[in-house]
Amino acid sequence: MSVVAPGTPDAGRRPEFEREPLDARGIGEIERPLPLIERIVHDDTVQRVGILLALVLCWELYARWLDNALLFPTFTETMGVFGRDIASGVLPDRILTSLKSLAIGYAAGVALAGVFTTIAVASAVGTRLLSTLTAMFNPLPAIALLPLALIWFGLGIPSLVFVIVHSVLWAVALNTLSGFRSVPETLRMSGRNFGLKGARYVGLILIPAAFPSILAGLKIGWAFAWRTLVAAELVFGVSSRSGGLGWYIFEARAELETARVFAGLFAVIIIGLVIEAVIFRTIEARTVTLWGMQR
Amino acid sequence: MSLLEVEGVTLQYKTPRHLVTAAYKVDFAVDQSDRYVILGPSGCGKSTLLKAVGGFMRPVEGTIRIRGTEVSEPGPDRMMVFQEFEQLMPWKTVLGNVLFPMRATGKFPRAAARDRAEAAIETVRLTKFRDAYPHMLSGGMKMRVAIARAMVLEPDILLMDEPFAALDALTRRAMQQELLSLWQQLRFTVLFVTHSIEEAMLIGSRILVLTPHPGRVRAELDADGFGFDTMDRTEFGAMSKRIHRLLFEPVADPVAPAAMAGTLRQ
Ligand SMILES: Nc1ncnc2c1ncn2[C@@H]1O[C@H](COP(=O)(O)OP(=O)(O)OP(=O)(O)O)[C@@H](O)[C@H]1O
Ligand SMILES: [Mg+2]
Repeated sequence: MSVVAPGTPDAGRRPEFEREPLDARGIGEIERPLPLIERIVHDDTVQRVGILLALVLCWELYARWLDNALLFPTFTETMGVFGRDIASGVLPDRILTSLKSLAIGYAAGVALAGVFTTIAVASAVGTRLLSTLTAMFNPLPAIALLPLALIWFGLGIPSLVFVIVHSVLWAVALNTLSGFRSVPETLRMSGRNFGLKGARYVGLILIPAAFPSILAGLKIGWAFAWRTLVAAELVFGVSSRSGGLGWYIFEARAELETARVFAGLFAVIIIGLVIEAVIFRTIEARTVTLWGMQR
Repeated sequence: MSLLEVEGVTLQYKTPRHLVTAAYKVDFAVDQSDRYVILGPSGCGKSTLLKAVGGFMRPVEGTIRIRGTEVSEPGPDRMMVFQEFEQLMPWKTVLGNVLFPMRATGKFPRAAARDRAEAAIETVRLTKFRDAYPHMLSGGMKMRVAIARAMVLEPDILLMDEPFAALDALTRRAMQQELLSLWQQLRFTVLFVTHSIEEAMLIGSRILVLTPHPGRVRAELDADGFGFDTMDRTEFGAMSKRIHRLLFEPVADPVAPAAMAGTLRQ
């Protein structure tokens, strides 16, 4: 380090100086991994699992203290029934039936939403049509359409699909449209600058640019669909040969097997968690979070 | 015949409440290998003119012709570097962004496109950030990516809207030099918008001076002789003063023509 002496030894003046930069190697590794324990404790999944375990413990303790299997079975008892029904193939069968209707309804709903948004994006009349339809139908609970569905399609999968489509369609269409609308003008112009038009422009520019909104719509749509499905299955399924999860719960209630009701609810929750926490989170982490479009 | 001919172009924006005239009867012509600079105060319609050349806006009056054919829509023959930051695709890395127009237009074969992209990224000194996403870059770095992306496509004419305005002074100087040295190699044609007199003189071979809003042509000057080596000469200062006078000295503004009756009034 060399200090350049100031010109005058003026008392009030601070001296100027130039120096060689410090040797930065003293820091050691620039990026150092945190200790394992610290990483585990702060891991998102670990914390979530911890919360779940605490909840389960509360459930078990409360049920034991209450000691009334008809009202509130213990966690272990519920797991016992759950395990037995899984092993006997009843529960997997019910789950599969539910998921099948869900998949058909969800896919159809999303596809229809795509058609509606395409129409809406193409013209001002289309936009107004979609916003009017959404304003009318979005607040309408899908389950309220079930009686109508039963009249039109009878008991069975078509009725379920109908109500699921209704619950998915508006949420997805609304979000996609607002996502398309909020794509920055500059980004649109640069897309057109490359000579992109029509489907290529929508697919390569608009959809990725609006992806945060589209994904949010898909998530809301999924939650609506799952709720609607289980509720609809509770209402009927009586005559259908193989009912879904809702039917499983309904049946268990009719036979006053509370532990089985719990097992059914447990399955509903687990499936919800898996889809939300595994599928959607993975998509999010690989897309919008990576791209910095959402934190 | 010039590469780009702009004749009597009037540009207007229709907003729900006003009709805003951004440029009024503007004429100019850009020749092959020109470094043509449009200079004017903020809000005088420079970006609007550039957008019209890009094909994003139709003139309400007059014509814009490129190689003799009238501009009707945007296309990769006129690559634009926009003034705003959000022109990069956030879902693609730096490399992906530079590659995208080459892939979208199919102008270069795949392997060649990749080599070209890498070279362009090298030129704007972002090799270290090749795999970063735009949200991890500073404003100036994003601008450099946009410049690399536009240059790599070798358009007929490069449209640059204040590309260096967002850069810090040091990087700006380096980029100006870079642009000039690239021009020495490739002799591309560039239409460059700025509101810095100094930048106009350094970058430009011709300078079009516009009046304050609504933009009208005030002068067209020859600036070929001015570069970094002549910055401390007296002629440089004299020219700079002359442009300053053209830009800011009030002239008797002729009575607003009828076509501007709808101009935004505060
Ligand atoms: N989308 C728009 N709608 C309505 N008026 C607009 C729009 N864009 C620009 N204008 C108006 O047109 C005029 C010219 O705008 P323009 O963006 O071309 O200015 P500029 O010369 O590029 O300014 P700057 O140097 O600040 O970028 C301004 O008066 C502005 O108010
Ligand atoms: Mg501008």
